[in-house]
Formats: sequence, C-alpha cells, structure tokens
Amino acid sequence: MILFERFQLSNGLRVIVHPDFTTPNAVLNVMYDVGARDEDPERTGFAHLFEHLMFGGSVNIPEYDEPLQRAGGENNAYTTNDLTNYYISLPAVNLETAFWLESDRMLSLAFSDKSLDVQRKVVCEEFKEHYLNKPYGDVGHTLRALAYTRHPYRWMTIGKELRHIEEATLLDVKAFFKKHYCPSNAILVVAGPVQTDDIRRLAEKWFGDIPGGTAYERRLPAEPEQTAMRRLERWADVPLDALYMCWHMPARMEAGYQAVDMLTDILGSGASARLHQSLVKEQKLFSNVECYHFGSTDRGLLTIEGKLVQGVTLEAAEAAVQLEIDRLLQEGVSEAELQKVKNKTESMIAFEDMSLMNRANSLAYYELLGDAQWMNTELARYAAVTVPELLDQARNVFRPSNANVLYYRAKSVPA
Amino acid sequence: MSLDRTQSPPIVDAVDFELTLPTVESFSLRNGVPVYAFNGGAEEVMSVEWVFWSGNSYESANLEAATANFLLRNGTSTRTAFQINEFFEYHGAFLQRSCFNETATISLHGLSKHIDTLLPVVRELIADSTMPAEELSIYVQNMKQRLSVNLKKCDFVAGRLIDAYLFGADHPYGRYTKAADFDALTTEQLMRFYDRYYRNGEFMLFVAGKLPANFRESLDKHFGDLPNRKVDRPVHLFHPAEQKKYRIENDPTGVQGAIRLARSFPDRSHPDFQPSMVLNTLFGGFFGSRLMSNIREDKGYTYGIHSYLMNLLQASGWMISTEAGKDVCEATIQEIYKEMRILREELVDDDELSLVKNYLMGSLLGDLDGPFHIIGRWKNLILNGCTDAYFYQTIRVIKSITPEQLRELAQRYLQEQDFYELVVT
Repeated sequence: MILFERFQLSNGLRVIVHPDFTTPNAVLNVMYDVGARDEDPERTGFAHLFEHLMFGGSVNIPEYDEPLQRAGGENNAYTTNDLTNYYISLPAVNLETAFWLESDRMLSLAFSDKSLDVQRKVVCEEFKEHYLNKPYGDVGHTLRALAYTRHPYRWMTIGKELRHIEEATLLDVKAFFKKHYCPSNAILVVAGPVQTDDIRRLAEKWFGDIPGGTAYERRLPAEPEQTAMRRLERWADVPLDALYMCWHMPARMEAGYQAVDMLTDILGSGASARLHQSLVKEQKLFSNVECYHFGSTDRGLLTIEGKLVQGVTLEAAEAAVQLEIDRLLQEGVSEAELQKVKNKTESMIAFEDMSLMNRANSLAYYELLGDAQWMNTELARYAAVTVPELLDQARNVFRPSNANVLYYRAKSVPA
Repeated sequence: MSLDRTQSPPIVDAVDFELTLPTVESFSLRNGVPVYAFNGGAEEVMSVEWVFWSGNSYESANLEAATANFLLRNGTSTRTAFQINEFFEYHGAFLQRSCFNETATISLHGLSKHIDTLLPVVRELIADSTMPAEELSIYVQNMKQRLSVNLKKCDFVAGRLIDAYLFGADHPYGRYTKAADFDALTTEQLMRFYDRYYRNGEFMLFVAGKLPANFRESLDKHFGDLPNRKVDRPVHLFHPAEQKKYRIENDPTGVQGAIRLARSFPDRSHPDFQPSMVLNTLFGGFFGSRLMSNIREDKGYTYGIHSYLMNLLQASGWMISTEAGKDVCEATIQEIYKEMRILREELVDDDELSLVKNYLMGSLLGDLDGPFHIIGRWKNLILNGCTDAYFYQTIRVIKSITPEQLRELAQRYLQEQDFYELVVT
C-alpha cells in the first residue's frame, strides 16, 4: 500500500505527496500531459526535442543542471508517445532547490537560439545513434506506419524524419510551451522524508503564482478499426531475416487491458514463455523471439518479433507463430499458467516499488490516467483476471483482420 | 513579499554530509563459504547472489567460462531447461547468471515468502548441472547469429578493439569473441570447467532484502555442504598494443562513428585511484562535465560523451567513449585533447570543484538507497579486497582534494601520447 496525500493549487496544478521516512533522499517529479501523439504530423519529434530544451535555462535561472548538481542532486527526463516526465532525486535537506528549478521552467523558458541550435544537433545525433546507425533501427517507424493510418501513434517519439527536427523554429518552441507547459496540464509528485504541510507551503510558494494556462483539450483522430490484414516487405543491409507481427490491443484504461498484458507475458516473457520454448528451443526456427507491448494510453500494439535461424523462410516462421496463436485460441490458458503470471505480476510490482523514484513516477502516471489511487488497486485488477477472460481477449486481439505483418529481409547473407 | 526567483534557496553542501555505509552481517557456512547479508527494505522481497571464482580468467579456451555460466540454467540430471525456468518463473522469481573477468554469478530475486522453496533448486544447478549437448548447440547457433548482428554496430566493434589494444588480445580483459570460438566448444570441456569451478568451486554469498528469520539455517542447509575448494588465482600478463592510433571502417553506409580513447591505469589499490575518480568526474564523468559541456552542450557533435575508470580487479583503464557524426569525429577527438590540455595547464576554480564534490557526495548518498544498492556496494568492496575503510577514504578524498592535486593528476595521466585512439566508422 503506497500512502499519499493530494491537493490542488488554485492555478490547477495537481500535487501528490508520498511520505517515506526510511530514506535521506527526496524525489520531485513533474509529469506533463503531452507526448508525441499531440504533435502536428508535419512537426513530429517536437515533444521530445522540447524536453531537451527544458534543460537550456529558464527565465530566471540561466543554468538548470549546475545548481542542482551543487545541491547534490541528479535529474533526467523522458518523452513517450503519451507524456513527458521530468524527475529529480536529491538529498531531502535540499529539496527546495528542486522546487525552485522546476517552478521556474514551468513559469517560462529562456528560449535561446543557441540552445535550440545545439539541441537540434544533439537530437539529430540521437536519431542517428538509435534509429539510423543500427541494424533493424528503422523497424519501429515502419511498424507504426503500417499499423496506424490516422492516430498519431503512427510516428515514434524521436520523430518521423530528421528534417522535422532540423526545421524546428523558436516560434514553434514558444507556441508548444504556451499550449502544453502550464500548471493545469501538469502533475507534481514529491516523495521522501517530507510532511504534507511543508510541501503544501513550498508548492504554494514556488508554483502558486504561475498562471494556470488553458487546460489542453485532446482531440486526436481515432484509429479506424482495422478490417483486413496488412503486409509489408523491407530489404535492408542486415545479417538476418526478421519477422514482426503486431495487433491492435485495448487502451490502458479499457476493459481487457490487464488480460492482454498477461497474454503478452504468457507468450513472450521469460525463458519459459510459450514462444521461446516452442520456436527457439523445440523447433529452432528463431534465434530469439519476443512478445511485448508499450502500455500505451490509447489503443496500442501487441508485437511479436524475432530473428530467424539462417535457412528458415519468413513464410515458415510466420506459419509457426500462427500455429502457436491458434493453439492459444483453441486450448486457452491453463489455471497454472494464469497463476504463474499472477505471481510474476505480484513480484514485479513489489520490485518496482522498492525505488522511491519509481513510486513517485507511478503516482504521477496513475493520476494522469485519472486517479493516483489506482496504483494501489492495479494488482487486484490483475488478480481478478480469469481463464475465460484471457481466452476472450486472445480471440479479440488475434483476429487475422487485426494483424500487421512485416517481413524484414536481409539483402546479403554473411559468410 | 514577492518571490525573488533569481536567488537559489539555501542549500546544505553535500560535501558536509556525514555519510555512513550501513554495516552488513557477515558469517560463514560450515564449509567456510563467506556470507554477507543486509536485512532491510519495506517490500517483502529479497536477493541472493552466488559469486564464484569462475570468470573468463579461469578458462583454457575462449568462451568456456561464459558458456558454462549460461548453461547452468539449462538442465540438471532431474530437470530440463524448461522445467527449471518454469519453476522459478512460476514463483515470480528472477534467476539470472552473469560471467565477468574473475567472477561469475548466479543471482536470484524473488518474494521472501518463496525463498525456502527456491533455494534447493539453485543448489541443484550448482551441484548437478548436466550442460546438455542439445542446449549447447542451440546456444552456439543463436549466439553466432547475435554476433553477426552486433558486428554491424560500430560501437560494439569499437568496444572490443579498444580493450584488446589496452590489455592485449590474449588477456582475459582484452580477448573478444569470434564465431569459430563458439564452434570449438564441446560439452566435455564445459563439464570439466563446471566440475572444477562450480560443483567443486570456491564461492561466496551476498544476501539482501527482507530476510526470513531462518535464512542463515536455510543457506547453511542447502549450500553449507558443497566442497568450496580453494581456487588458485590465475596470473595473466598484459600485452598492450604498440600502435596507438587506429581508424577502422566497418559500416560504410553508417552516419556516425564510434570513438574510443583509452589509456592504462593502475588498479584500485594505487593511491592515485580515488583522487582520479574526482578528476574523471570533472573531465567526463557526469552531465555537467567538461566533455559534455563542450562537445554535446556547446558543439552538438554527439548525444552523449562519457569518461570512466574501468572497474576491473587486476588493473584499470581510463576510457573516453562517444558516438559522433561521421563528419565531426576528428573534431571531437581534438576537443577531447583540448579538454585534457586545459586540465593539465589550468587550475580548476573553486566554484566548479565544489560543484563536483557536492555532486559526488550527493550521488554517493543516492546510491545507498535501499538494501540492493547497499549490498552491491559491499560486494564491490569485498571483491576488491577492501573494507568499509575504503568507502570512508573515498569520502575523505572527495572532501579534501585541491585544484593543485587535480592538475598534478592531469599532468600525470591525461597526456595525449599515452592514449590509444580509435574511430570505427
């Protein structure tokens, strides 16, 4: 049970306090309700580029990192398709420094040309390092563009292309800040050896006078129901053929999400998972096979991917995956398999909650979804899933008309 | 009164903290196996780690140690690989194994309530593994495929080569994997290695988390009768490369180069080691370092650049590592040398030094968060033959080091001509 208290400032900022007196460290976490899904299709990668600019100095503080390091703190941030999160960990005695820094960059950034110029280059190098200069690096882009036709999940957080990042202007940056970076679109979580009254006082002091801004109303184009299987082939300079298959799955707060998450686990997580056992160990068709999803807020993708053993055809590999899926659809899941995945979930949550940072982050995330209290009821939602429900969800997700298949072919065979 | 946002709130200098490393319990099993335990944490979870002297330094052929370690989970005389994995995963436990240069480990993370059920099966892996030929052949095939993918990556290739230049390609620290090494492995050879370094091997235990009341008895019951034969520490000579500068073409279509600069450095027991950790932090060891500020935050040549002292038992190396656009790789190297020169020639000002000291102390404090971090720090001390005195010595060094000492260290170690220099494009 994670204990916390909640209050809201008059400008709309939601504040959560999670006391933990066993640690000398404190965490201050600010989550903004904006991700890559909120971008203009012609300006993709912007939410993430913006995250970099948040470290380029704010209106009253020329250097973000330096005063924090001086206070013995560390920080980082990440952007997903759904949200942007900034977190600081520092000695609790210096917590106010975190309030000072985070509130000033919520108030306003420095908006310097130099910072934009440098961070455009840095993000372009990040793009190259992770998505261009790596074998199979473009798969994420390709799969999203195949599976989504309208919803903005059709691009990755890094952006569709380098050009979008290179063309970003200071005007774009300012408009984005005004639209998304205000108290009414943010959640502040403070965790550590702290009293709620003190945090209330600090929150009022540092965040209280920031204008609330206009709450962002999200109106994203819904992804139309997929009606026929989609297929794509790519040739690339990679050593091995690879197979990617993905299916649309329930949104984070939709009924069935937990069941599909558990199906993913049963099929693909751990060395005793079904796909690994059958396709890597018994049939020796794949050198590795994985099944995963990203926990997306809107309807996400359940993906199965693997690299083929040399000499195996993509057609044979796909047929073998399909056979495993058919077996699941016909025979369902055993009570023991269900119990196993419940045990794993219990253990995983306990390990995640070991870290103060994770607890702060999860509280912000559940509050963003609707209610921080769901952090404490999530395990019960998993525990309530039944064998018939798993089968129902498997039938719902693994329909052929819901499938997207990518054959990623090696141009040359290595010696 | 209106708020003056240009003024930072008062801080307590982290450098003034009195940090303490929580003590661990230590005791021995009846066969003399040392156990280090830290009891704590709010969640009902724990970890147990078995550390064997069975790393790469003990093998007679490349990959023997890593493969034997990998196959520990792949079959005993009464259980198949699938049954072993199913058993641990059913209980929500994570059983991992890792192979390093001197040591190789088995680690178990799980809910404390299941630990008594899980330990007997870990014992079975240590005392009764069979290294099945079928499992070996699947492993070899898949690892060769993975190697072929990795060899396309410039950063992977650079990481292998720089270690070989630094320590010699025949030293465990510098040896790297070729596809043919996988083909040469046999089950007989792996069983011999397993028998000597695991079944009869010398090991120690590190335990942390919410420990059940009977955990000492449990550990003694399941592991106290294993042979635990002392293993002689092998001696390998270093043969660093003569040539210092290398440019390697690996991926002509790539858009970035992988840059590695490295020099040899003495091991932890050398009096310059701890002070050099401070110099390294200033140079390239954190986000606010000289290298990051110049090469990422000013020039935008890279997504990230880092330097570090390698954490090895017999020796160390001072490494600088980054990926940069192909057209700016040479400029990046020149900037790295420029930053070395500045450190040799100019004294760091008090402001920057106090920032580095506070940062280091703050991160030491942050690293002591929770039982797994605490036991991890103890493990590193113990494997290096140190006690908590070393931890307190580190703190004294951080608190007391002067700009003059740092410049002197830079003059001693940050000399361009001592560095191997490699770009893989």
